[in-house]
Amino acid sequence: MNALDRILSHDRPRSKWLAAALVLILVVLALAPFLFPGAKSMSVVAKILVFILLVASYDLLLGYTGIVSFAHTMFFGIGAYGIAIASEKLGAGWGAVALGLLGAVLVSVALSLLIGLFSLRVKAIFFAMITLAVATAFQTLASQLSDFTGGEDGLSFKTPEWLSPSFEPFETEVLGLLIDGKAITYWLLFVVVLALFLLLLRIVNSPFGRVLQAIRENDFRAEAIGYRTVVYRTLSNVLAALFATLAGALLALWLRYVGPDTTLSFEIMLDILLIVVIGGMGTLYGAVIGAVLFVVAQNYLQDLLAVGATAVQGVPVLQAVIAPDRWLLWLGVLFVLSVYHFPTGVVGRLRALALRLKT
Amino acid sequence: MTTSAVGTPAAPGEAIPKASFDWKPIALLVAVMALAVPAVGSTSSWITLTVAGLSMGLIVFVIASGLTLVFGLMDVLNFGHGVFIALGAFVATSVMGYGAGAGWGGFASIFAAMGVAMAVAGAVGWAFERIIVRPVYGLHLKQILITMGGMIVGEEIIKVIWGPLQIALPLPDELRGAWYFGDAGIEKYRIMAAGIGLVVLALLVYTLNRTKIGLLIRAGVQDRSMVEALGYRIRRLFVGVFVAGSALAGLGGVLWGLYQQSVTPQIGAQVNVLIFIVIIIGGLGSTFGCLVGALLVGLMANYTGFLAPKVALFSNIALMVAILLWRPQGLYPVTNR
Repeated sequence: MNALDRILSHDRPRSKWLAAALVLILVVLALAPFLFPGAKSMSVVAKILVFILLVASYDLLLGYTGIVSFAHTMFFGIGAYGIAIASEKLGAGWGAVALGLLGAVLVSVALSLLIGLFSLRVKAIFFAMITLAVATAFQTLASQLSDFTGGEDGLSFKTPEWLSPSFEPFETEVLGLLIDGKAITYWLLFVVVLALFLLLLRIVNSPFGRVLQAIRENDFRAEAIGYRTVVYRTLSNVLAALFATLAGALLALWLRYVGPDTTLSFEIMLDILLIVVIGGMGTLYGAVIGAVLFVVAQNYLQDLLAVGATAVQGVPVLQAVIAPDRWLLWLGVLFVLSVYHFPTGVVGRLRALALRLKT
Repeated sequence: MTTSAVGTPAAPGEAIPKASFDWKPIALLVAVMALAVPAVGSTSSWITLTVAGLSMGLIVFVIASGLTLVFGLMDVLNFGHGVFIALGAFVATSVMGYGAGAGWGGFASIFAAMGVAMAVAGAVGWAFERIIVRPVYGLHLKQILITMGGMIVGEEIIKVIWGPLQIALPLPDELRGAWYFGDAGIEKYRIMAAGIGLVVLALLVYTLNRTKIGLLIRAGVQDRSMVEALGYRIRRLFVGVFVAGSALAGLGGVLWGLYQQSVTPQIGAQVNVLIFIVIIIGGLGSTFGCLVGALLVGLMANYTGFLAPKVALFSNIALMVAILLWRPQGLYPVTNR
């Protein structure tokens, strides 16, 4: 128990139901290639993994430091494009992946440092506006530099041999599954996400993380105690950008494709916001729960809306509102309602329930 | 900084001590225009570009003024402001389509479109304030999230009503074409848009500086609790400003849609980014700064669009970075923010 406590950085789930859910998610994600061998379900599970990391890094900003950024997808995109461009120009190989990752990390750190120093000096609300402007400009840049980024079409590229779907290290099936490059990529994602998640958990529970929370609660007082809030906020921004870049790189390795829609679009930013709010702001476990709930819902709710749309065919208003294309409408409504009535998210609710049962 | 900056232009009748007016941003505006003369090369193109830039700037000012007032008065930054722009533009397509069918004249249908767009945007703004903004006063984080959510829902509802595709918003025949002064061509519509922008500016300046309501708004920007302590209900004032700001955004949406001659549901999100840049440049909450910022953005967009079209996409960001390096709080910082 003690060792587990140290791995979790003494940040226990503090709710039996939450702990059970987390263990279940961990086991299912670890064994996913055995449990869901289909292509669609595997892509859903891989997306969950990437989003856990992406949302957890965003929670460092929104939930722990209390600043809103709209440029998180930009860093996500930088990571993905870094891998893609390096692999395309240099040919598939681990060298290209390493170089692309290094380049992407450097670009992200420089950009996030610059944005932070520029806008976090003044006011948190400034930061939200400036990140929105910068992210929009970056999106334009990515689609304009089409020689480099493939423009709107994006880039398809080859990953190192070990990760390519045709790579089959074993002659026979292992426990009923033919281990191929795709499965190896999945486990690579799983291990990296798990390690980085635990690292994030360590960061937010370190003295540094406490200062971030102090800034969130009362930045004036934190400054008065002697912490330079600008420095801490900027560091938090850089760290979040770094982890988002890594998440982007993982997504690129999995998809073997990047495009503006899969990494840079505003809809992804919205997804991140929604997952943070649903899971619970200010707790990294919220990112896990939220990402699982959301990605599963996203992939199967659209089907549900399609079923609903055929059911109300011909009814004037309902027909327009329940179309699968209007999925974003329901997402937006859900988002507004959760911010109002559900501000602590699933994890907050579960923890409150556990507290109530104890007393 | 030697001269102290003021939030709103000092009115002649204002109580002493009178703050000295900060001319440097105006000088910057003039300098940009002057520098563009040798860069552009020919005088006639320069006149065309400058008029286009100023009229674009005035349209942007009409849209952004409501946002900056709302922020100044109640410390609410409405990320959903773009919805009212899109709403205004789409209402205009319907009204002008109806007008064309009913055989109205060009001016009649344009002004009808503007009136209806302002009314609709104002009414929706009232509901937006009531449902979306009111429960989250004083909570910055939630405000940003909620108004962003409101923006997305609004955009989707617009898609439900008018469809997700681009709709043409052609200018009436009376406003097509250009007048020529020597070699310099000036589009008729730009003149009209600039005229409407100037009328809005004059009304705004008059209301803010010469009426009691304006006095209360300015006082509220400076110190909200003091105004409340003196017995004025700043909440009602705020609702009024919010509705007026939304109506102005609707009007601006009509002007912007006619300027582009087409509208898409994404127009709100696009213009939103632009007006954020404008009010950051101008100084959050400052009306006069908003005007200078809007004119700067309009001019820069037109000059760089002529000189280097690829760079033009980033001219606004570059301008914002440059201004913030010079004055981190914007051109006319409001002191208590």
